[in-house]
Amino acid sequence: MSTILAVTEIKDKNIRKAGLEVVAQARQVADATGGQVSALVISGPEVDVNPAQLGAYGADEVLVASDAKLTAYHSDYYKQVVLAALQKTAASVVLFPATSLGKDLAPRVAAAAKAVLVSDCTALSWKEDGLAADKPLYAGKVVAQLKLQGDVQMASLRPGVFNAQLLRAGQNAAVANLDLPAFSSKVTLKEIRKKDSCKMDVSDADIIVTGGRGMRSAEGFALLEELAGLLNGAVGATRAVVDVGWRPHDEQVGQTGKVVSPSLYFMCGASGSIQHWAGMSGSKCIVAINKDANAPILQRADYSIVGDVFEVLPVLTEEVRKLRG
Amino acid sequence: MNILVLIKQVPDTEATIKPGAEQKSIAEAGVKFVINPYDEYALEEALRLKEAQGGGKIKVVTVGPERAKQALRSAAELGVDEVLLLKTDTASLDGLAIAQVLSESVAKESFDLILMGKEAIDDGNMQVGPMLAELLDIPCLNVITKLTLSGRQVTAEREGDSGVEVLETSLPAVVTCQKGLNEPRYPSIRGKMAAMKMVIAEQTVTVSGDRAVVTGLQVPSARSGGKIVGEGAAAVPELIKLLHDEAKVI
Ligand SMILES: Cc1cc2nc3c(=O)[nH]c(=O)nc-3n(C[C@H](O)[C@H](O)[C@H](O)COP(=O)(O)OP(=O)(O)OC[C@H]3O[C@@H](n4cnc5c(N)ncnc54)[C@H](O)[C@@H]3O)c2cc1C
Ligand SMILES: Nc1ncnc2c1ncn2[C@@H]1O[C@H](COP(=O)(O)O)[C@@H](O)[C@H]1O
Repeated sequence: MSTILAVTEIKDKNIRKAGLEVVAQARQVADATGGQVSALVISGPEVDVNPAQLGAYGADEVLVASDAKLTAYHSDYYKQVVLAALQKTAASVVLFPATSLGKDLAPRVAAAAKAVLVSDCTALSWKEDGLAADKPLYAGKVVAQLKLQGDVQMASLRPGVFNAQLLRAGQNAAVANLDLPAFSSKVTLKEIRKKDSCKMDVSDADIIVTGGRGMRSAEGFALLEELAGLLNGAVGATRAVVDVGWRPHDEQVGQTGKVVSPSLYFMCGASGSIQHWAGMSGSKCIVAINKDANAPILQRADYSIVGDVFEVLPVLTEEVRKLRG
Repeated sequence: MNILVLIKQVPDTEATIKPGAEQKSIAEAGVKFVINPYDEYALEEALRLKEAQGGGKIKVVTVGPERAKQALRSAAELGVDEVLLLKTDTASLDGLAIAQVLSESVAKESFDLILMGKEAIDDGNMQVGPMLAELLDIPCLNVITKLTLSGRQVTAEREGDSGVEVLETSLPAVVTCQKGLNEPRYPSIRGKMAAMKMVIAEQTVTVSGDRAVVTGLQVPSARSGGKIVGEGAAAVPELIKLLHDEAKVI
């Protein structure tokens, strides 16, 4: 019986939503192959995770690799862990979240295992003898359908596209500790200059409030932070505002920033350039506030208000506050 | 120091992209091709390192079809020492196939540093750098925004999800470049003149394309968008209502 290995990711001591999506999708693939799902949890010694609960998302078994060396992400150590899990399970399919961790880890594992890898898929299934995947190309201007071949096949899944479904609510998975590999690396992680840890990353957010050049200054983004805070969302930025230094690069959405698929995406004082669109067109609902009735975003957003962000946003924020009670 | 820079020729970000007749690859007619933007950071970093060290050699290599010579020509205009086209008409989405071709051709020479982009904007794979490093069994510093060399010691910064990571290793190494690393320069008139005389070396290679086969190519359905809710702050209550009752997102 073949195994589908689902690699999850820990963030702030918990399993990231993108990791749960991978487990649930691995279940779908396993149901088609008649195989079983092994989920892999890689972490430092201190986490708030009950691995057995991954059973609810479809894991039959959870392998836990826990060690002080794995607290912070290290490409080589993590690679060695995934390779150990691959060897133990003899998995024929390995799935990763296409988060920044997954995008760094997956190609290293694939090359070491001499396996084919399809990055950043938006659909995945099993057809006859291999994975069939949809993969956006040219910043989403076209989508390719791919068929993979090989004894071991790997894919990374775009966060927010697949459902983290409770396929087997209440069911627990068997939990086993993975025998840790011998860690070795030529690369030392000297330090991590932590950023504001309470800030939500745009890739994890279900609601994103993005501002563009129309926000006029770094201070103008206070309005967006307030709205994002009320909605439990994250602030995003266009490249124009990152380039002038109003916002940090990790908030940039677009072709050369992050690709996101939240349920709700606000575009405030942003024109909707083709490069920005490439990063957020997968959002379920797009709202634009722009004072120029001819701005390209107004043709494509689901709902638009033509108006000045500095007039509209305070009122919008108040209304949301009322709604959230 | 011997530096290898790997570049890919890709459609300009503004280009209109349509599937070709067989729906397996794109229609290239009228598409403007450029050097992958992230590879420009790699080229710039190589030039700066060479200038800082007052010597060394920069070789630029691409795997691609005949038209990719134009990208090599543009690189040559910046003042690199050697350019090579590894010629193939197979455009594979399998990063390992590209990494294999590159490892076989570069493994024969010894490079101190291999600089490349973090991602090609056409396939968005983010595969070739770490894969090549794995095949060559050398370290890969991936998605780098700052690079410092002192002797054979390399220090680099990358923006991880929890903050800026400072990584250290020694040469030889693969470094993949992210925006923020530097500001790429434009070619000088002298550079353009010199590039006209430069010989573009060429070698035919076989890229395996059968591990990841494209079975179809589609234009995603356009959003049926475009509802102007109203003008100014007065439209807010209606917007809230739509988001709550119709879209059910708040
Ligand atoms: C290779 C390449 C890669 C790129 N990658 C990215 C990327 O990843 N992400 C990205 O975002 N961009 C990217 N860009 C840049 C992109 O082309 C645009 O320049 C950028 O997205 C525009 O940002 P903006 O919408 O904030 O600014 P602008 O285009 O200047 O738009 C500002 C908008 O604000 C509106 N406005 C002004 N004042 C107000 C007000 N008071 N109230 C309401 N509305 C107001 C204006 O009507 C206008 O529509 C890339 C470009 C290139 C060439
Ligand atoms: N065909 C190619 N020829 C040379 N270098 C390439 C090629 N494809 C990718 N690369 C390099 O690998 C990086 C990452 O590409 P990718 O893995 O396709 O996203 C690019 O920025 C290039 O530096």
